[in-house]
Amino acid sequence: MIAPANSILSIRDLVTVFETPGRRVVAVDGVSFDIGKAQMFGLVGESGCGKTATCRSILRLFSGAPARILAGSILYNGIDLAQMDEHRLSDIRGAEIGMIFQDPMTSLNPTMRIGKQIAEGLRRHRGLGRRQARQAAIDLLGTVGVPRPATRFDDYPHQFSGGMRQRVLIAIALACRPRLLIADEPTTALDVTIQDQILRLLLRLKDEFSMSVLLVTHDLGVVAQTCDRVAVMYAGRIVEAANTQALFKRSLHPYTRALLASLPRDDGQALTPIGGAPPDLAVPPAGCRFHPRCRYAVDACRSADKVLATVADGHATGCIRFDVLP
Amino acid sequence: MNSNPPLLEVRSLRKSFEASGRPFVRFVGGRPRLLQAVRDVSLSLEAGETLGLVGESGCGKSSLGRCIVGLYPPTAGEILYRGTPLHGNTGGHRTASRRIQMIFQDPYASLNPRLSVEAALTEVLRVHDLVKGKGEIRERVDQLLLTVGLSPSLKAQLPHAFSGGQRQRISIARALAVEPEIIVADEPVSALDVSIQAQIVNLFIELRERFGLAYIFIAHDLSVVRHISNRIAVMYLGQIVEMAPSKGLFREPGHPYTRSLLSAIPKPDPEHRRRVVSLEGELPDPYAPPSGCSFSTRCPIAVERCRTVMPELKEHRARREVRCHRAFELPASTTCRYQKAPTASSSTTRGRKS
Amino acid sequence: MTSTAPDSAPAAATSTGRTWFATLRRNRSLTAGLVLLTLLVLTMSVGPVLSPYDAVSIDLRAALQPPNATHWLGTDNLGRDVLTRIVAAARLDMQIAVICVLLPFAVGSLVGAISGYIGGKIDAVLMRLVDMLWAFPFYVLVIAIVGTLGPGLTNMYLAFTLVVWISFARIVRGEVLVLKRAEYVMAARVLGFSHTRIIVRHVLPNAITPAIVFAMADVVLTILAVTSLSFLGLGIQPPAAEWGLMIAEGRNFIFDAWWISTFPGIAIILTGITFALLGDGIDDLLRPKG
Repeated sequence: MIAPANSILSIRDLVTVFETPGRRVVAVDGVSFDIGKAQMFGLVGESGCGKTATCRSILRLFSGAPARILAGSILYNGIDLAQMDEHRLSDIRGAEIGMIFQDPMTSLNPTMRIGKQIAEGLRRHRGLGRRQARQAAIDLLGTVGVPRPATRFDDYPHQFSGGMRQRVLIAIALACRPRLLIADEPTTALDVTIQDQILRLLLRLKDEFSMSVLLVTHDLGVVAQTCDRVAVMYAGRIVEAANTQALFKRSLHPYTRALLASLPRDDGQALTPIGGAPPDLAVPPAGCRFHPRCRYAVDACRSADKVLATVADGHATGCIRFDVLP
Repeated sequence: MNSNPPLLEVRSLRKSFEASGRPFVRFVGGRPRLLQAVRDVSLSLEAGETLGLVGESGCGKSSLGRCIVGLYPPTAGEILYRGTPLHGNTGGHRTASRRIQMIFQDPYASLNPRLSVEAALTEVLRVHDLVKGKGEIRERVDQLLLTVGLSPSLKAQLPHAFSGGQRQRISIARALAVEPEIIVADEPVSALDVSIQAQIVNLFIELRERFGLAYIFIAHDLSVVRHISNRIAVMYLGQIVEMAPSKGLFREPGHPYTRSLLSAIPKPDPEHRRRVVSLEGELPDPYAPPSGCSFSTRCPIAVERCRTVMPELKEHRARREVRCHRAFELPASTTCRYQKAPTASSSTTRGRKS
Repeated sequence: MTSTAPDSAPAAATSTGRTWFATLRRNRSLTAGLVLLTLLVLTMSVGPVLSPYDAVSIDLRAALQPPNATHWLGTDNLGRDVLTRIVAAARLDMQIAVICVLLPFAVGSLVGAISGYIGGKIDAVLMRLVDMLWAFPFYVLVIAIVGTLGPGLTNMYLAFTLVVWISFARIVRGEVLVLKRAEYVMAARVLGFSHTRIIVRHVLPNAITPAIVFAMADVVLTILAVTSLSFLGLGIQPPAAEWGLMIAEGRNFIFDAWWISTFPGIAIILTGITFALLGDGIDDLLRPKG
């Protein structure tokens, strides 16, 4: 693990629950990881694994869902965001930690010109006057690759394509030069060539602004191409965390391996799916949550605890049988 | 040479949509704004063959698929099933169209939320009078469910009790109930998790082997299509820009757009990272496609001729059709530039791979 | 994977408690509404039999009595027992309300569904017609029709049907417009189902829910409308017992004999609550899960 001193965000044993009458789902069950400075950190997993719940817990932006943080700490610059009151947290949102969401269609206010949406953040957090904010917003649009930014400043969201809207969202998120950008599946809804453009943009901005990025995705290819470090999630827990190259070279968790094996291969060979289905988080399996679907499972797996053990340099795994993996 | 007509043939198909909101525009002397979703597409499909149809949003692949199954009446051109043209919703088409079925993208919208699995499948069997007698119908329903890998004990459940992957299986069972020869699968796995995608693709392959089905497999993900297709057609702005056998397409794409598409796919291999954007710019306005080649606005090797003359879909090499004046001219290194990510020990070593 | 054992586990938990009892426990609005409705129906059917009085006979010696032991809700200016009249009026008002909702519901839903499904020019023309009618205030139209045809039960049915169908048409058409793009509807077309089958079996059952909920609210609105019309002298004529009419007749005695107008008013409110709860409960019940 990266020493906390070099990290800008340290999450320790985070537990987040979603509670509806009669049903309690622990969406994030004891998640811990660190994001370093100017680092692209990938949080990868399939739907329902808790990656979105995790990143929303950081800024406590649950969009009205009945969720709350039950335990754990989210340390940003030494302060625990999980304990922070709403007022101070809203100062941090946008200014220090930015966020972009999956669906660019619904993330923008359709009745407000996009220039104004960018300038809003600038005026709120950086106290700029109207004209200054406008100029700064136009500059930002240019930075994110929107052509003819001065003209586009006055356009409405519906006048932009999906890829352009995502760029606008990135501009809004960047307006206050945050030190951390949380990107929740920012390219999932986009075409592959546009995805490529947006990912290159994020990489460039990360270097240009020395900004860390928490990239949440289900696509291992995206992770391989962009991230410095990766954490794999399954059923609310992190099952493996490592530097990207180490993970792909030799994964130390059966789920990660199965996931890699199920990807369509370059040589067109047969796909090997993972049998079974992810567990219902209201009634998760005991011990290791992947054991019902794991080909290496033994009895001990049923009572394994959920701790991630660092077994090599920067490489942690939740599998107690990692040493028998080929 | 096969003297029989192909199982399915599409000839010069065109499909245009009018911009909505003005149903009486012609009465007041105006001209409707036309979106040309499918522009002059021709293809053929033989029994048991799988044609992959790929392209990004706005390329027309879904519209083409829907024209083939009869959901949209074509604006121009013909669709022939075993040599006989299909048109509109006449009796002829109804009988023939049974043989061409469709699987849709969204498993959560593909099933009537109020019908149990059994009710949905029974309805299909009854409407087409395929099986007579209550007992036989029940048996057939069970059989269909087993064929797609679902236990018949679930048949009384409503769709909401099933996962996305299971719902797709039910949709496939429903399509199989009418004993089709061709299945048009419109992005059937795009909405599913990666590990489930593999399950469903394998199911498609198994059914193909078992029933000799022909597929038109529409997807935006080239890697999925590669595995299942014999041939692949790449679409851009309503036209087929390249058609080739799967292996050949991946090994050596002839059209610059195909090349960009291939290089844009993020490969799960951190050792080889591309640092150059695969394709700049955005799709042109589909209501006003560019003159000449539609791809000329973004093509890295476009010349003057490309902007003025629309290229034909021609066979440039054996079984390799490309719609490009400069097909196969693209030097390998221009758009597929891979750089080995510097490792800790070898920061000065850089390799180039095309 | 089909080569291994078939998948027999539904991923989501199947709805436990699909019994009626469990549904009622969960759906409090529905339970409350049903209880009140039962009371209402009981009152309507059994009430007149239990009452020693009748709703229309005049007995001036017993006039204007406040609620007491012999007349639980008092008597009106003609000596008629208020309670008996309220119960008798319940039958009449409910009968009118049900018919005046059912007819427009049936006509409007069908027209809306077909118009929405077919689309194109037919739909455009029909909707312009609906828009034109919609531009007139409800009461103006109803009063115009009743005024032309004269007061009376059949004319009231006609007036309501002619005016209210447009609300249902709009609601159902809106749903159908969305539903006809749903993939299961398209699948039905590709599977070769006739348009009739698609509309009846696939589109309508899923489109009708908001119309049903609106129908519940409409019962309340209709009762109010009928009572208002009667109050204005355009609906039910005296000496029939009808809540609106009773309120009108008690108008002149509101300060001395408040009970004549008040109790019918309370009856209207209670009926309104009943149907509001029912509507809420049905909405919840019919909403398809997942």
